[in-house]
Amino acid sequence: MSTATHKLLKGATGDWEMVIGMEIHAQVTSNSKLFSGASTAFGGDPNTHVSLVDAAMPGMLPVINEECVRQAVRTGLGLNAKINLRSVFDRKNYFYPDLPQGYQISQYKSPVVGEGEVQLELDGGRSVTVGIERLHLEQDAGKLLHDQSPTMSYVDLNRSGVALMEIVSKPDIRDAEQAKAYVTKLRSILRYLGTCDGDMEKGSLRADVNVSVRKPGGPLGTRCEIKNMNSITFIGQAIEYEARRQIEILEDGGSIDQETRLYDPNKGETRSMRSKEEAHDYRYFPDPDLLPLEFSQAFVDELKAKLPELPDQKKARFVADFSLSPYDASVLVAERESAEFYETVLSGLANRARDGKMAANWVINELFGRLNKEGQDIAGSPVNAGQLAAIVDLIGEGTISGKIAKDLFEIVWQEGGDPRALVESRGMKQVTDLSAIEKVVDDIIAANPDKAAQVKDKPQSLGWFVGQVMKSSGGKANPQAVNDLLKSKLGI
Amino acid sequence: MSVDAVTVRRIAHLARIAVRDDEVSHLQGELNAMLAFVEQLSEVNVEGVEPMTSVTPMEMKKRQDVVNDGEIADDIVANAPATEGHFFQVPKVVE
Repeated sequence: MSTATHKLLKGATGDWEMVIGMEIHAQVTSNSKLFSGASTAFGGDPNTHVSLVDAAMPGMLPVINEECVRQAVRTGLGLNAKINLRSVFDRKNYFYPDLPQGYQISQYKSPVVGEGEVQLELDGGRSVTVGIERLHLEQDAGKLLHDQSPTMSYVDLNRSGVALMEIVSKPDIRDAEQAKAYVTKLRSILRYLGTCDGDMEKGSLRADVNVSVRKPGGPLGTRCEIKNMNSITFIGQAIEYEARRQIEILEDGGSIDQETRLYDPNKGETRSMRSKEEAHDYRYFPDPDLLPLEFSQAFVDELKAKLPELPDQKKARFVADFSLSPYDASVLVAERESAEFYETVLSGLANRARDGKMAANWVINELFGRLNKEGQDIAGSPVNAGQLAAIVDLIGEGTISGKIAKDLFEIVWQEGGDPRALVESRGMKQVTDLSAIEKVVDDIIAANPDKAAQVKDKPQSLGWFVGQVMKSSGGKANPQAVNDLLKSKLGI
Repeated sequence: MSVDAVTVRRIAHLARIAVRDDEVSHLQGELNAMLAFVEQLSEVNVEGVEPMTSVTPMEMKKRQDVVNDGEIADDIVANAPATEGHFFQVPKVVE
């Protein structure tokens, strides 16, 4: 059995190892922009969410939004990272029409957050730690539209100046699976913290992926950067493609040019962006319009005290309190909404200690299974947490069997209603009255004398009798009582 | 520290300033004179001295997270040479 935590790629000259680092741009959740009072709301008519500061009109001065600072610190705390009580904003200079200032206000030498780490759980109980190099605050750029005219590009500055957190990982990621798990985990942490909505379709979370290959344990190879990925699936595909491309070049005796590439999901390949080597001379210098960003340890401690429970902590609690398997617990905590739904089910249970694990099974298998099948998300679930808690209660207290519960779930899914009342009105109660069950058992044994004779030699055929009794009782007989009665009647 | 003619052209390009060939040597002389002047600072020992960010000790002013600006698209594009429907228009830039 392989205990390797990562995948190697086979080439003509043997195995190759991937070395991957990521820069994630996460849009900070705030009402107004990093340095102006204009709205951060998505969409809006062109240039409506723009102040004179965002449009870089002469004489305008940036004033920092303190909530954006808090959000960056919260995120740093959630990544178990060092918080820098003093950091500095720099100008990153380049010319492009989406950047009216001619520079982006960013943090270069002194970021607000330093080193931290993220734990990844992979399939098969494997776990990997990915180091965080830094997190800094910076401005987003505007949006360009190229398809409105044959000769002109259109510029909308609504996004210009919105706060971003750039989260830089160490080159600790070793294959596409880990890379996907890293983005998924980071997104989950940000969403729990409420510091970024993680909406990749709207571009709230974008990743630049640095990929290089080497012989396992050998010196680092030259890397290529795949820019602006906003889909976890595509990130995985792009890494696989890019690593194969590099291996092919190296095995043919060539060398890798350090460059920026784009992934084309339609063709499933990366390709070189036209080289703009000169554009990479950003001439960073401290922004003279802004003093250093300074805050006290007390400011950090106060934010830390109010931090919500994060996915790893929640998972550990679910495992400890309700004996969930680590896998089930991680399924429940992966999305904040799923965890909240499960916790609402828990709070609706009559006996949480007894039925907490069963509730988890019902949320994961019945509810998530069904939602997946119907292509719905948890917000649109026809069965709410209270109804699911009632179904679990009814099983837990022995009023209905697990099988009947599935029928009941179906009714609640289709028609809604109070599960307890439905069980009454539709006669779905489990029969625990022994004399009633005994009658059915006797009838079945009497009708099948040859099978009854065989059962002593073939004890596994008891299952057939259980099935017959359950069928004839419409699934309402208590399975344990049926089992016990059959065993005593058949003498096994 | 001094700059050569190639560096002068490069700096001009990065700043998007058009410089004619016959201007380069003059600019090179001016830049080198300035650099030589600033070079005098290297005589001072600044070992362990934090860079000064403000002449008076003060904290950076911060804003509350409220929306109190924007919704002035007319003003934003008022001076632009070319606009359409509140978009700025610029000569086509495609990577």
